[in-house]
Amino acid sequence: MIHLKINNIDLVVEENTTILNAAKACNIKIPTLCYYPDLNIKSDCRICVVEIVGQKGLVPSCSTIVREGMEIKTNSPRVLNARRTITELLLSNHDANCTACVKNMNCELQSLANKLGIDQNRFPSVLERHPIDDNNPAIVRNPNRCIKCGRCIDVCKNIQGMNVLENMNRGHDMVITPAYGKYLSDDLCVFCGQCASVCPVAAITEKDETDHVWKELHDPNKHVIVQIAPAIRVSLGEEIGKKPGSIVTGKIVSALRLLGFDRVFDTDFTADLTIIEEGNELIHRITTGGILPMMTSCCPGWISFVEQRYPEIIDHISTCKSPQQMFGALAKSYYAKKENIDLDNLVVVSIMPCTAKKYEAKRSEMSVDGKHQDVDIVLTTRELGKMIRQMGIDFESLPEEDFDNPFGITTGAAAIFGATGGVMEAALRTVSEIVNQKPLENINFTEVRGLQGIKEAEVTLGDAKIKVAVAHTLANAKQLAEQVKNKTSPYTFIEIMTCPGGCIGGGGQSYGTTNRIRQQRIDATYHVDETLTIRKSHENPAIQSIYNDFLEKPLSKVSHKLLHTHYHSRKNSEGSN
Amino acid sequence: MLEMKKITRRCGKINPLSIEDFMATDGYEMLKKAIKMDKIAIIEEVEKSYLRGRGGAGFPVAIKMKGLAKEIATPKYMICNADEGEPGNFKDRYLMENDPHQIIEGMIIVAYATQANQGYIYIRGEYDNAINIMKWTIEQARKNHFLGKNILGCDFDFDIEVRSGAGSYVCGEEFALIESLEGKPGRTRVKPPFPTQKGLFNQPTLINNVETFANIPFIVDIGGQAYAKIGTPSSTGTKLISLSGNVKHKGVYEVPFGTPIIDVINKLGGGIANNRKLKMVQLGGACGPIIPEYMLDMVIDYERFEEFESKTGAGAIIVIDNRFDMFDILLRIVEFFAHESCGKCTPCREGHIQLANLIKKFINCEATIKDLISLESLARVMHQTSLCGLGQSSPTSIIATLRYFRDEYLDRIESSDMIKGEGK
Repeated sequence: MIHLKINNIDLVVEENTTILNAAKACNIKIPTLCYYPDLNIKSDCRICVVEIVGQKGLVPSCSTIVREGMEIKTNSPRVLNARRTITELLLSNHDANCTACVKNMNCELQSLANKLGIDQNRFPSVLERHPIDDNNPAIVRNPNRCIKCGRCIDVCKNIQGMNVLENMNRGHDMVITPAYGKYLSDDLCVFCGQCASVCPVAAITEKDETDHVWKELHDPNKHVIVQIAPAIRVSLGEEIGKKPGSIVTGKIVSALRLLGFDRVFDTDFTADLTIIEEGNELIHRITTGGILPMMTSCCPGWISFVEQRYPEIIDHISTCKSPQQMFGALAKSYYAKKENIDLDNLVVVSIMPCTAKKYEAKRSEMSVDGKHQDVDIVLTTRELGKMIRQMGIDFESLPEEDFDNPFGITTGAAAIFGATGGVMEAALRTVSEIVNQKPLENINFTEVRGLQGIKEAEVTLGDAKIKVAVAHTLANAKQLAEQVKNKTSPYTFIEIMTCPGGCIGGGGQSYGTTNRIRQQRIDATYHVDETLTIRKSHENPAIQSIYNDFLEKPLSKVSHKLLHTHYHSRKNSEGSN
Repeated sequence: MLEMKKITRRCGKINPLSIEDFMATDGYEMLKKAIKMDKIAIIEEVEKSYLRGRGGAGFPVAIKMKGLAKEIATPKYMICNADEGEPGNFKDRYLMENDPHQIIEGMIIVAYATQANQGYIYIRGEYDNAINIMKWTIEQARKNHFLGKNILGCDFDFDIEVRSGAGSYVCGEEFALIESLEGKPGRTRVKPPFPTQKGLFNQPTLINNVETFANIPFIVDIGGQAYAKIGTPSSTGTKLISLSGNVKHKGVYEVPFGTPIIDVINKLGGGIANNRKLKMVQLGGACGPIIPEYMLDMVIDYERFEEFESKTGAGAIIVIDNRFDMFDILLRIVEFFAHESCGKCTPCREGHIQLANLIKKFINCEATIKDLISLESLARVMHQTSLCGLGQSSPTSIIATLRYFRDEYLDRIESSDMIKGEGK
């Protein structure tokens, strides 16, 4: 144990504790900027500097380890002056037009400047304007707001293993950019949006489509319907100031009705449908000697990753569309016909925890008639939060309402799609019962739950035991993809989610997501599952009736047309290296 | 005699390309001696010598050697830092071009003592001649079995490769150099871990300056205690001085520590050229302090240099006569560092451009007392909070002139006020 003093408070902490964490232990909050929980220590911004009594220079508290007898001052005049000066320097090279910024009041630099009491800047602006990168459907990069903290590089390189973003040039000319200063769309970016979720300012954000949604909502000729992804119900609360892991399903439904949506549906319904289709596809592949392991297809970041970097394993990917796209396809066929709505007047909006879903919705394959996209507009959790605030809705006082029919009855199996391992668990609940033809004794497949990078389980299907695996983050996905590519994969079925923790940790979720918060959202997810009476997709009566009414049977001709898709290699295509 | 030619004793006297010449003047004898010694005994001799790093920071060499020796991970690397990018320094080039084998011999001895497996000499890209000479020298040493497998018939393998930089100043900083050696852009890393723990390719790595390695055979020769008697108690041995600027005889001079700066300028350098008046002297290089004439009786000593809180110890003395305007010189220095900053940490990346803006105000007679305060504050913050030696030491010339030439700043503010007054 190490004995030290921080601001004259005596403290005993464990060895190898950083000054930052030691200070936290005695409730002293040292301001930080480049520091982000669960990411590497970068020590770039120098905001967290403190004074060690007897040392001439100041040291960054994020990367300095405590030593016996250390005496630390976190708020001496020298420290405060340094922090102010550094913040002024950052502001002098930042597009600080705060009132015209999507992160106004939600910006770490702004809040830092405010806390340090900066009311003027001694240093004139030296900002040299760079073009904004917004020619992709999902992510906007505004280099003029970048403060070079390096969080995006870290998450892209070390969590996702993608290396799309890097430092280019040096000194004052240093910028963070895709290779050779190209656009994200020219690089091998899968639009997972993890960079946007850790950016302290608004240098990387999702492409904001709230105005487009407002326009459609106010068009009397349009019938606007909305679906919400499984992960939204356990995360939107944070946008409204509730604590992480709050379950707000019913309030979201009434909020969406207040915003003006004509029908409010649940993506959980098509998550159940995905399980039926994907489960039967798996059984089909196993029984007919098809290509195994089969890999999940719900995650658009993962699909891009395979198309760009592992086209050799495309045939391993389930042909099922994602729940978002299955919903869109059913809305633009079954629902439109049933309600007698002209497709020109039907608008399908999705609320997703994800930025890559914006890209997925724009894929040319995702259209039932080749003219209308299955999903028209995708909003992130953050964008929905913004619309609720714009509308001045008092979220807390809203009643809890139910989803509309026919896409409103759902199961616990669908609810857990949002957590890493959830799709696997939901599929196993259904596939086991179909193959074994008897109810499961225990439907909780806890081996595939949790934040461990790669998880494995063994399941009995009929006479055979099969191995399954679950990975989240692309760095982990890469390991399993390599095995599949080299034909050394020991698994029969693999679930992949691009974002850490699965969709609950998606790139479109509330800012400030950490592993702790991911775990809270995951806990809430399994709580939703446990409180639902139906917890297996094949027992969903609405699913049974849509097969009776419309889809005939799993993997039927209709479902193949509407609910399945195909992928193509994008390796060596123009722009990718 | 003011000069004390120990490390440079062969310079100009032997053919640097000839290993025979080197061996005829006791070359590689110290390696033969060292290889018969206990490994720890070699480190102890270096410890007794109190040899400090000659790259500028003056870190005790024995601590690094002990650090590397105790690491068990293999391979262990050794790097000779020959980046010598600091303006006004050219003593490492002098050593490489005139007595290259001495550096190699020093590296092999340190490698033997610390059980390093592979060495690199990282030479700045502009040093074409030195790069060729060092490559040739390594080849000769290898042919004579001083490098390679079973050196001198012992169970000791070690080899050296030459690598060159591409002209970036910051690659002289140890971690930026290591990153560059790994094929990445030259940007420093966060410490800890230190290079001796996780350096090149995350393996234990010892990194020292050319002159530091060149001192090792001499220490093995006369022993640590005898070596420690040369120089001053805090700074032992000799120092190579790169003397440049407005002096008659520019060049590299080897003097014992404790020699007054004024003696180097006047007695070795022959004084100011063309009978002009000395205005100021910059020590160490562009990152060093600028001091006035009345301070020149100061002796060359790490402890004295440390008062300036900069890497003054590389041994450059740049003499500036009274034709030059201080602010022009400061601007040139600041713009140099603005160009060379890697951009990783805020104070260095964003600070230099603002320093330059403030200096320009003094040059253009637009400065106010507020600008003086901003300049002083910014320079200190950069010095105290930058991530690596570049940003920590680049404001030294400003901090020093604010102390020793404050009147020039105030005069300039006064004339700025007068110009403004006239404009009214």
